[in-house]
Parts: sequence; structure tokens; C-alpha cells
Amino acid sequence: MAASAPALQQDDVAVAFPRRRRRKLGVYGLLVPAAVLMGVALGYPLIRQFVISFQEYGLRQQFGQPAEWVGLQNYTDLLTDPYVWAVIGRSIAFCLVNAAVTMLIGIAFAVLMSRIGTASRITLQVSLLLAWGTPVLASMTVWQWLFDSQYGVINWVLSNVFGIDSMAGHSWIIQPLSFYFVATVIVVWMSVPFVAFSVYAGLLQVPEETMEAAQLDGASSRQRFWNITMPMIRPVLSIVLLLQVIWDLKVFTQIYVLQRAGAPTRETNLLGTLIYSYAKEFSLAGALATIMLVLTLALTGFYIRQMLKEDEL
Amino acid sequence: MSAVHVPAPAPQATPQEIPLRKTPKSSEAGRAQSRGGRRALGILAVVLAVLWVFPIYWMINSAFLPLNKLQTPDPTFFPLGGTLSNFRRVLDDPTFWAAMRISLAVVVIVLVAALIFAFLAALAVSRFRFRGRKGFILTILVVQMIPAEGLFISQYQMLDGWNLVNKVAGLALVYTAAILPFTIWMLRGFVAGVPIELEEAGMVDGLSRTAAFFRITFPLLAPGLVAAGVYGFLQAWNEYTLALVVMTDPTQRTLPLWLQGLVESNRATDWGVVMAGSALIAIPVIVFFLFVQNKMTSGLVAGAVKG
Repeated sequence: MAASAPALQQDDVAVAFPRRRRRKLGVYGLLVPAAVLMGVALGYPLIRQFVISFQEYGLRQQFGQPAEWVGLQNYTDLLTDPYVWAVIGRSIAFCLVNAAVTMLIGIAFAVLMSRIGTASRITLQVSLLLAWGTPVLASMTVWQWLFDSQYGVINWVLSNVFGIDSMAGHSWIIQPLSFYFVATVIVVWMSVPFVAFSVYAGLLQVPEETMEAAQLDGASSRQRFWNITMPMIRPVLSIVLLLQVIWDLKVFTQIYVLQRAGAPTRETNLLGTLIYSYAKEFSLAGALATIMLVLTLALTGFYIRQMLKEDEL
Repeated sequence: MSAVHVPAPAPQATPQEIPLRKTPKSSEAGRAQSRGGRRALGILAVVLAVLWVFPIYWMINSAFLPLNKLQTPDPTFFPLGGTLSNFRRVLDDPTFWAAMRISLAVVVIVLVAALIFAFLAALAVSRFRFRGRKGFILTILVVQMIPAEGLFISQYQMLDGWNLVNKVAGLALVYTAAILPFTIWMLRGFVAGVPIELEEAGMVDGLSRTAAFFRITFPLLAPGLVAAGVYGFLQAWNEYTLALVVMTDPTQRTLPLWLQGLVESNRATDWGVVMAGSALIAIPVIVFFLFVQNKMTSGLVAGAVKG
């Protein structure tokens, strides 16, 4: 969505191009393939899942039995289950902690990049790019190996370098809290590069004259950072934070793969994996997916509205 | 590598060069201090860089180590006296090549379909004004906010109804739909970036509008199409969740599913092979990624700063 930003300003010029009426239908022709495809593979499942969430739809219906309307039954089933609430709570906590930690480290890296020499900056950038570019599954396997209880290098460093003997042979994913710690480390490791590069690109666009003027007026470097730089890069920060919240709330792959590595599923489920575990009860899955969507909108709605207000499309 | 070409940021160097009226210390002391501080920050950055890249180094290191050097009380930090046997075992594995074929087939279909469709749509929204244009743009913006993980059950059902589960075509269909919105955003920026005056000049010289477009604008869009193509490649190559749902038959695995299978059959027995498999999947992607990422971040941020 962000790639739109540069287009916004040029758009008005471009569309002012003289157009002829008979071309009008042709324009829709250009849109049809993309619109149909998105309608079929995104729009239709979205609506269908929404409809099913008000029906009784399980294995029997899959084999041809007609689905019955049950009103809000699926929603009340879910929302009266304390376990579902526990998972929702965990997901929100996981999302907020991960988004916050990612943003803080990402911003710190961006500021660091803007204050160091070329050689060290390039070193840091290449390292972040490598972490960013690695496929999720490849990263997940490496992290499992790093956290391996028997031969993992992390346990070795903790017990041999830092002298914490109890860490030798320690299993990281058995306890829920330590499981989420590992998941957080992995998610943050993967997400920081995107935040760092975006914020750094934003920092580069802060005009130097403004900073110089503020300095001549006696603003300290701390004041300049908080009162000039931060407000100026605020639009970048809000886009990036929005994306982090959306991504971290629906986190699936990392949790799922770690669960497969031997963690107790029930104690470590987040919304994404809980929906997946309802694969045989479509109506519950549909209802929970709808709840998750509403939750996403609730957490991000404010930002989305604000962004829509600022972008005039 | 492209991010590296971002112009060097000067702002933090300049402040110290202008003597401040109200600075208590002499400007010279301040400058020396800042130079020392800068060096310390530089060292910090290198330390952080090493820390961040360590998992990838460890993947490659372990991929070269034989089992008896991986399962030792003390880890081996450099692949000295390493072996290629891990890589050989992966490359001799027919299931790796089967997964490679499936992944390549999906990626090719997704790329061709997504690029053509997104290009046409981007053309429409950035070169014409028509009823529903804003609605369409708003829709592709909002679509990207929908948690895709919430959709996979109904997407599975839909594909199941059409007998497309465990089919390359089925996976390619949902992938294409998933990457279309961002690809349209991206190309829209590139199309709008080519001044319409160039086309108009061509038309004044006697070209038809279509000819002007294809002879003048289209060649200028090549970098945008490449960037969008690499983005699509990365998404389709790396995706795991939908593949897990759609490709349930072990003979129809994509590479990420194959890798997860490899992990599960070798966990705690042979991490070297698993690391070699990861490295073989990751390296082509990392190369492509380094090549394109600059276009993606600059596209994200350009114009998003108030100034």
C-alpha cells in the first residue's frame, strides 16, 4: 500500500490527460482480469467464511449435508470459552510486545545508521538485508538449530561463556513463556530490518536546513530529535507500526513451526494456529477468523482512518 | 546491495561544524568528542551487524560440517576441514527436485499472471479517470490489511470444490490473488512516474495512442516490472501457510513444505543436512532480494515524509 505514496502527487497530472468517451469501456476492460481474480480468490472466500460463521458447518456438511443457520451460536460458543479468551489475550499481548520491541530496535538501528561512517553503516545494512531476505522457513530451521537443547550454540554460550550451568541441555520451547520468548526473538530478528530501512529512508528525507535552523536557534540535539525529526518521520512510523501490528497479530508460521518442534500446542496457541486447529469445524474457524479481523480493525482502525484522511488517493 | 547506494547521510556530521552560540565547551573539544562518539557508534554498529547475521552464518557453517563435528559438546565455529556431503545428500534427494519443480511451476504461473493483470490495472488507475477508480484503489488498500491467515479455511474449501487442492494451478490462483494488490500499488507508482508528455509528444509525431504507449512508456517501465516481478517471486517462493493448507499431498510439496518435512525427519539426528537444505533454498532468494529491496523501501517511504 505504501508504494502508492509517490504516485499520489503525480496522479493528478497524469489523469488530466485528455480522454475520449469511447475509450471509457476499455478502461474497465483493463481492470477486469485483476478485479475478477481478486474477487474470486479473496473476496469470495471472505464472504463465504463470513456466511459460514453463522451456520453449522462441520464434517457432515462437507459430505453434502445442507448447512443449518444457527445465528450467533458459533460466536457465543467461542466467546464463552475461557480458553478462546486466553488465546485472544495472548495474541494481543504477543502482538503488542513484538510490535513495540521491533519498532524500538528498528528505530534505534535507523538512527544509528544515520550517525555512523559509511563503512560501518554498509556492514550493518548488508547484515540486516541478509536477515530480511532469508525465506521464513529457512530462518525457522536455523533458529531451531540455534536453540537446540542438546547441541544448540545458544545453550553452549549461556552455559560455557556466561557460566549458567543450568542452561546446558535446557529446552526452550517446553514452557509457554520461554516458548513466546523464542518466538519473539525470531519474529523481531526477521522484522527489524524492514523497520530499520524504512525509518532510515525517512530520516534521509528530513531537510538539513530545518535542522540547521533549529540548531542556530539553540535547540539541543535531543530537542531536535524529539521535536523535529520524530514529527517529520511520523507518517513513516505510522505506516510501519500499522504493518507490524497487522503482521504480528496474525503470526502463524513461526508459532506453527515451533509447535511442531515439540512444544505443547494447547498452551502455546495464538489466534492463527487456533484457527488452523479448527480445520475440521469450518464454522468455528470462520467465526474465529471474523473475530480476528474485527480485532485487527480495532487495533488498527484509528491509524487506517488517519492515513486515509491524509492520503487523498 | 542496492540499499547501500542510498546517499550518505550528512546531517549528523554538520551540526558540530557550526559553532554554537550557547555551547559551554569550546567547539574544538566538542568536535573531538563527537568524532570519538561516532567511532564508538560505528563499532557498536559492527557488533550489532555481526550479531544479526550470525544465524545465517551459522546456517552456512553447519551446512559444511559433518555429523561428528555438529554433535559435540563444544560447537565448531569455522567450517575448517568441512565437507560437501550434506549438500550432496540434498542434491541427490529426488524429493528435493520434485519440490523444486512444483515451486518453479507455481512461481512462473504466479509471476506471469500477476505481472500482466497488475500492469493492466495499474495502467487503468494511473492513466485514466473513471467512475469507481477511487473505490478500486481503496479496495486494494484495504485488501492488504485483511489477515490472510483468517481466509485459508474458506480458500481451501473453494479450491476443494473446484478440484484444485494439491494442484499447482490451485496454489497459483490463491498466490496470484494475494500478491496482486501490492503489485498494483507498486506498478501504479511506476506508471505514474513516466511523464505523460512523452507519450503526447509521440502522438504529435503521428503515433497512435497505443503505439505511443508501447514504444515510449513501456520501455521506461521495465525497471518497475522487474522490481514487481522479483517481489512476486519472493512471495511465491517463500510462502508457507497457504501451501501447507492447499498442498496436503506429500508428493505435491513446495520447497518450504519440503524443508519442514526434512526438519521433522532429521531433527536431533542430522542438522547438517537440514542446514544444507535451508541454504540451498535461501541463497537464490537472498541474491534476488539484495537486488530489488532498494526499490521496495524507497517506494514505501518516498513522499511519506512531511516536508
